[in-house]
Order: sequence, then C-alpha cells, then structure tokens
Amino acid sequence: MAPTRPQTEQEKFGRHRPLTDRDAHEINRIEELSYDLKVREVMASRIITTSPDVPVSSVLDLLRANRISGVPVVAEANLLGVISLEDVVRALQKNELAMPVRNYMTTQLVTVNTFDSIMKAIRAFTENGLGRLPVIDEHHKLAGIITKGDINRGILLAVERDYKEEEVRRYRASHLFEDIISDRTTLVLRYNIKVGDFNHGGNASSHIKRALLRLGADQQLARRCGIAAYEAEMNLIIHTTSGGILKLEVEPHRISLITTDDGPGIADTQKAQQPGFSTATDQVREMGFGAGMGLVNIQRCVDKMELDSSPGKGTKLTMRINVPPKTINSKKG
Amino acid sequence: MNLQTIVDQLNLTVLTEMHDFSNITTQGGYASDLLSCVMAGAKSGNIWITLQAHLNIVAVASMLDVSAVIITENAQPDEATITKANEQGVILLSTSKFSYEICGRLWEMNLR
Repeated sequence: MAPTRPQTEQEKFGRHRPLTDRDAHEINRIEELSYDLKVREVMASRIITTSPDVPVSSVLDLLRANRISGVPVVAEANLLGVISLEDVVRALQKNELAMPVRNYMTTQLVTVNTFDSIMKAIRAFTENGLGRLPVIDEHHKLAGIITKGDINRGILLAVERDYKEEEVRRYRASHLFEDIISDRTTLVLRYNIKVGDFNHGGNASSHIKRALLRLGADQQLARRCGIAAYEAEMNLIIHTTSGGILKLEVEPHRISLITTDDGPGIADTQKAQQPGFSTATDQVREMGFGAGMGLVNIQRCVDKMELDSSPGKGTKLTMRINVPPKTINSKKG
Repeated sequence: MNLQTIVDQLNLTVLTEMHDFSNITTQGGYASDLLSCVMAGAKSGNIWITLQAHLNIVAVASMLDVSAVIITENAQPDEATITKANEQGVILLSTSKFSYEICGRLWEMNLR
C-alpha cells in the first residue's frame, strides 16, 4: 500500500507505533506531571511591573503595548498589589486616570510560591476564577507570573520530553537488527525465576512484553508473547523444585520463549496438556492458579510448543512465535 | 462506557490513586477468579470482576491492559498489591457486593 499523502513517522519505519501501557495511561501521567512540575519551571520570570506611584493612565499604555490584561505593582521587588484592566476601567469611569496606581490596585491577592506544584496553581485558578497569579519566592519577593497558558505549555513540553525519551529508546531498540550485521542476529534475554516467589510473579513476562514493544512488535504480538511468558513464568514459580530460567530469544523472523528447570519433571506430558488437568496444591488454587489451563493458553498463543520432560530430571518448554515480515525491523525483512 | 460512570453508578471504592476516570473507556467485561482463564478470556479494555485480591492480579491486569479490576465481597488487597497497581497503572476498585450482582448491574448498564 503506497500512501498518497506524506508518510507519517510510523509509515516511514514500516510499522505502526505500538501502544504501550503508558500511552493508555497518558491521562494519569498528566495528572502526575501536575504534581511533579513546579511553578518555577513553567512561570514567566521576565515580567512587566509597574510602580504604585505612577498614574493609572500609564498602566493603560503598558497593558495596551504589551497586550496583557494586568500587571503586578511592585516596590523594591516587594509585591504590593495587582492592577488589571478592570481596575483601570473603574478609574476611567470616575475620570481619575491621573490618580496614582496605589489607589486603584487590588491588594487582596492570591499568590503561589515558586516551589509549589502546578497543581496548586491550577486549584487557585479554578477556585478563584483568576487568569493570572503572581509568583512569590522564598524571600517573599515577586519572582514571576503564571497563567493557565504557561501551565498548558509546561505540561505539553514535559509530555513531549517523556514521549521523545520513549521514542528514542524504541527507535534504538528497533534498529538493533539493522545496525548490527551478522549472518544471524539473536537477542537473548534471560530471567531467573525463583520457586514460590509469587510476589514477583509476572515481572519477567511484563519486562518481556515491554522489550518486544520497544523492538517494534505490535500490540497483538507482544500480548501473545506476554501471555505465553506469563503462564510459563508462573509454572516455574508454582511447580518447580528450585525455580528455573525463562529465556526470550528474538530474531527478525521468530521469537522463542524457553523455560528450563531441574525438577521435579512431568510424568505424563500428554496429560499435562489436557485442559483442566493440574497438580497444583489447594493453597495455590485458592490464589486462582492451578486451573489446568496454563499450557492450553500457551498453545493458543504460540505457533509451536514443545514440552520435553522426564521425572527426576527436569522440564524444558520451548515456545516459538513466528514474526510477520517487517514487524521487527530487519533489512532482510 | 467511561470508567467514571461505572464507578459512580455501582458506588465502587477506588483503592488505587484517585483520578478522574472519565477518559478511560471500558469495553465489555470478564468475570473469573482463575487467573489462567482470565489470561485466556479477558480482552484489552475489559473490566475484570474477581474475588481475588492478592498481588498476582496486578500482573494479570497489566499484561492484558484491562481497564480496571473490580474486587468483590470486600476482599481487601494488601498494601504491596495497591502499591504495585499504582506503579503499573492498574486501577483497583472494590465493592461489598457479589460478583454475580456486579456482572448483572454492568449488563443492565449495557456494558456488553
């Protein structure tokens, strides 16, 4: 398919940009940023101010020249008040434009500190219906001014920064197979799984899923591998004598997941693959494991599964997933 | 259907960090306490109804990208489970009702 419009970045890279878990929770990230970002990072620090002793008419010129709707009134860097267009209009109505600013400025001020989170500023905006807030530093001097626009810009920049970091990681990872030349390149990730370690159950498979997304796998492929890896990982945690190894091998055309352990081994590998057959203890079943569906699930997710086991020796489970051409970047395709 | 509507209408307690969930879309649901069945049956974007409240539900929910987990009959996940759920962006909700009733209510709300 040759697109007629200019190619997007995804199309240029010959793949759809996979959606990560984090993309799905982007909205939460924005909320997080609202707490992480400080007012200092987004405020405007080059500010226009006026003095309390100049006439109101000069403020009108200042507002007009700078296309703003209010300015802080400052004497020796101390914030005395704010004079806005509304205040100027009041003076105009009374024909008192020649009066000093201090007569018309608002002195009951809502301010935020440089070290506050921008969430505090957002609250101040919504609670008071204000358009701008003066920012005070730790010495109680005026340090800047913050508007809703500054906050939007700050969040957008931070999100973009995040996004670029992830893009760079993903770009580097997805070019692995192009940048490193060999007759056959294989990326091997190895995870040591401890027996009975339910607290970390699923960690390795979650890392595997993320690694595959970064390598350019689409959501569907990463999910299939993730589910197979999860079931295999849990088998090592539940059924082995002393844990085992979960290995991921990525090649441009194929993904392999291999678990090995040193016991106790499976007496009847055919029976072990029957839906509903399980040797899990009652305690493990209470946690929702031992449904006897693990190997069945794996089989459903992978293209080829081999279970090799003998009692007393150990078990090797090999799972192969074919990668559709061009999913994981490779010059050979 | 957005998740906030479900939280409001079923009066669910949010166990993980409080957020406005209006932007999270839920499509259909899946109910089971057997994790392998969930792995096989739940689709991305589903809401998952279960009695299980231990740490391993977070790994399952995160792997499958479910929109949220409703833990029924007041089963209480421990602190480690909630912390891990927050880390992984998994939303845990709680109710005193039975799974059966929650499923029925969601079905009535046309979450199918």
